[in-house]
Amino acid sequence: MNAAYLFLTPAMTAIFIFFFLPVLAALVMSVTDFDIYSLGDISRARFVGFSNYIDLFKNPLFWKALGNTGYFVLVGAPLSILISMLAAMALNSKMLRFKPFFRLTFFLPVVTTLVAVAVIWRYIYQTRFGLLNYLLSFVGINPIDWLGNPHWAMLALIVMAVWKGFGYNMIIFVAGLQNIPETLYEAARLDGANGWQEFRNVTLPMLAQTTGFITITTLIGYCQFFAEPYVMTDGGPLNSTLSIVLMMYKEGFKFWRMGYSAAIAFILFGIILIITLIQLRIQKQYEI
Amino acid sequence: MEKCCCQSKRNTVSLSSYFKKFKNTYIYLLIFLLALFLFLNACHSVKKNDHVINFWAMGVEAQHLGELVTVFEQENPELHVRVQAIPWSAAHEKLLTAYAGNSTPDLCQLGNTWIPEFVILDAIEPLDTLLKTSTDINTAQYFSGIWATNEIDGTLYGIPWYVDTRLLFYRKDIFEELGHSTAPATWDELFDLSLKIQNKEKTEYAFYLPLNGWHEIVVMAMQNGSTLLKDNNSYGDFDAPEFQNALRFFLKLYEHQLCPLGMNSISNLYQSFADDYFAIYISGPWNLGEFQKRLPESMNSKWTVAPMPAFTGESPGISTAGGSSIVMFKNSGNKAATWKLIEFLSRPEIQARFYQLSGDLPANTTAWNIAGLHENERTEIFFNQLHHVKPTPRIPEWEQIALKIQQHVEAMVYGNITPEEAGSRLNIEVDRLLNKRRWLLERERK
Amino acid sequence: MKYNKPYQKYGLYLLMFLTAILTLAPFIWMLSASIMPEGGANQFPPRFFSKTPTWEHYQRLFQQMDIVRYFFNSVIVAVSVTFISLLFNSMAGYAFAKYRFPGKNKLFKLLLSAMVIPAQVTMLPLFLMLNRMGLVNTYWGIIIPGMASIYGIFLIRQYIMSIPDSLIEAARIDGATDFYIYLRLILPLAKPILVTLALFTFMGSWNDFLWPLIVMTGDSMYTLPVALANLMGEHAQDTELMMAGAVVTVLPVLIIFLVAQKYYIRGIMLGSVKE
Repeated sequence: MNAAYLFLTPAMTAIFIFFFLPVLAALVMSVTDFDIYSLGDISRARFVGFSNYIDLFKNPLFWKALGNTGYFVLVGAPLSILISMLAAMALNSKMLRFKPFFRLTFFLPVVTTLVAVAVIWRYIYQTRFGLLNYLLSFVGINPIDWLGNPHWAMLALIVMAVWKGFGYNMIIFVAGLQNIPETLYEAARLDGANGWQEFRNVTLPMLAQTTGFITITTLIGYCQFFAEPYVMTDGGPLNSTLSIVLMMYKEGFKFWRMGYSAAIAFILFGIILIITLIQLRIQKQYEI
Repeated sequence: MEKCCCQSKRNTVSLSSYFKKFKNTYIYLLIFLLALFLFLNACHSVKKNDHVINFWAMGVEAQHLGELVTVFEQENPELHVRVQAIPWSAAHEKLLTAYAGNSTPDLCQLGNTWIPEFVILDAIEPLDTLLKTSTDINTAQYFSGIWATNEIDGTLYGIPWYVDTRLLFYRKDIFEELGHSTAPATWDELFDLSLKIQNKEKTEYAFYLPLNGWHEIVVMAMQNGSTLLKDNNSYGDFDAPEFQNALRFFLKLYEHQLCPLGMNSISNLYQSFADDYFAIYISGPWNLGEFQKRLPESMNSKWTVAPMPAFTGESPGISTAGGSSIVMFKNSGNKAATWKLIEFLSRPEIQARFYQLSGDLPANTTAWNIAGLHENERTEIFFNQLHHVKPTPRIPEWEQIALKIQQHVEAMVYGNITPEEAGSRLNIEVDRLLNKRRWLLERERK
Repeated sequence: MKYNKPYQKYGLYLLMFLTAILTLAPFIWMLSASIMPEGGANQFPPRFFSKTPTWEHYQRLFQQMDIVRYFFNSVIVAVSVTFISLLFNSMAGYAFAKYRFPGKNKLFKLLLSAMVIPAQVTMLPLFLMLNRMGLVNTYWGIIIPGMASIYGIFLIRQYIMSIPDSLIEAARIDGATDFYIYLRLILPLAKPILVTLALFTFMGSWNDFLWPLIVMTGDSMYTLPVALANLMGEHAQDTELMMAGAVVTVLPVLIIFLVAQKYYIRGIMLGSVKE
């Protein structure tokens, strides 16, 4: 008997029973109207075909959540990647000493649990006593209600998320930068390139693969953001920070509209799948 | 085993010494793993035990049960009560999750607007039979409007524990400065007074009307005669003139900038009230105690409560029939003991004692006499208001509907939609929410 | 990249220190606020240091609020998940790396593509399934979804593939059983990746929030992040208390990270940069 099967069994069993099976079950649930009535009595669930999905697309709240998530992803991801790259370049610079100190500092927010981060930033963003408005007052800006004003709330969450996450991608960029041979830079300099040209013609192309990897993982991660709005704003104010996963959580666990909630989860899956495929397609193009 | 060549012999020697190095580590690791496994299996949350009564209570109430529980345990030495505190913000989810996970307690405190939900789930025990033989609980001693919230289709599912309704909290001194020795009895009068307060120098706003709740708009709607839902609670009625009038009045308050906008501008309610940031607030009995505790000494004589204003005619206006009841779960393994605890907590003396500990107003009117609540001018006003209360629609979907109402009111205040749009959108969404209910009602008719 | 002008160097240092301060400031504030007397954090203008530091919030956490219990829960869960997942993942990773069996490539591709599925899709049905099995509100409930991870299998397989086949061959010739080889040869050689994965898993489990929130219905079973979120819900006015809670939640992971950062950072690089 091939010993391989023995070695595989524990992990595969766990993955199939506790991952693949629930995914299938979620698919089935998403085509029923399983809800709190059905919880007490299964005969009260009906097969409804795509009606959950159609209802979702007709629901303005869903589009709001979609838009909010899109805002978070399209603003937050590039911001985070850019800052990570800049920080990595700075860390990689030969001029800089105390590298371990800086690396540690920038990585600290990454290993901190999000709930603790949210507690701190809730305070920083407070309108009348918060640190941010206090600092802004020195440059003559009136207090802004960061978490209570629908126009600013999402931005506030983005800033917090970027602060928390940039250290992670920074390390990956550092690894990528260290893989660029010094000889390439020397050759460029011999050709008379200045700093900016070195960056554009040597650094960026050589980082392409790393950047691609980081972009995909960051985009996917940001699509799934939940804890930030859950802890900071509960989706408000005026649903301006309602994310897709938060909406899924509320529909599923607060109101027990489980079929509806499962449909949201699959739409999210679809979105992530599309992003991944597009990204892979783009990467293929650039490699050729 | 035979070694074929020197090469493998050398490898074998190094390999076996390699193995020997880690021998002990592995043994320790295995023992640790075994111990962990056993430990994990042994550790469960509280198992059902005949002599332990599991009681889930929310927030403030949970903190003050200790003393009462001790007395109960002294009277019933073979029983032990385990109180578990859940925050209100997560209570609804937690209870439903517990029901789904089959880990409900024996009894719990339940906001009476949630009772219909748990009845539909068939999660809580009907109490009529137990009530008949009870000597401690006397229906006549309870506020009738509150008692009614515990009856669904003629069956009793909970015993009211404490009551809650909303009325006006206001700065007496500011009112007096403007020539009002009592609070206005109608909304129009209150509106005019608010304008005057707004014009005063010291106060920023007249009214704090938070947008993250639904009580205020629902009270206004009920006072206007709206039933919120129609056709046996299976369709929304938010485009009807009664509800629209309430929406328009609510909006009027904001349009005249009588109320602060944005949640975070009032980070500390009590500080802001004392700072003259606003003068009027709609709230419930818990703030009687909190105001006294958290406001500075000097403020105590400067505020008081008044009954809800009315839109037309009789005062006081209607308010919500809120409060919590105690319900027993069908899954309880020890119903007799649980009922004993419910009876105990419903005794007038115990209700009075609980008021003294928590500040929650008793549901039992006899307890009011014992605790001397009629002598207190502020609680007396609550007493009167409690005779003018109406329940919200008693269906499982109410929580979700209330949330939708709150969200649309918020959008209306921010100027994103008009009252008419709010009404029609609410109808669409609430009708969708009630789809299942309509289907079930249809099914039952056949 | 070389910079010739000194002002560029100073500019860089300035920028870096500024960024470091921005990154560290919230942490410093968290620490200082946790020892402020009640109401001290809600003052205007905000203070970084209090003249009357107090330990009362920590006292309250430990004595009244059962934080030791939550800490204990977090430890139990994180240690268990780390241990079990290391075991399962390493076994599967070894099988994928060094064994041949029918369907191996197809299976592996299936697993890789499954990494795109967000975990939230599984949560609701998983909850109902665990409920049927009576595992809601137990330690197993939190541990089970973490028992095996496709990412972990992938990392380990990657690493084990670099172990020379000849070593394994030699051991087999000497009569070692498959399990013996796994236990006594492969695992020790794979120590670097195992340590790294252990760190990742431990920290991930410690900081995990959504799943423990869903699965734990009784407050005695909460892990630290969930307890902290609850604290926020109930005591929103007590900033200082919440900061103390945050410190307790963050400190263990911070210490572990400080001690083992080399492995952690190496792990990130291993997982991302293709050799």
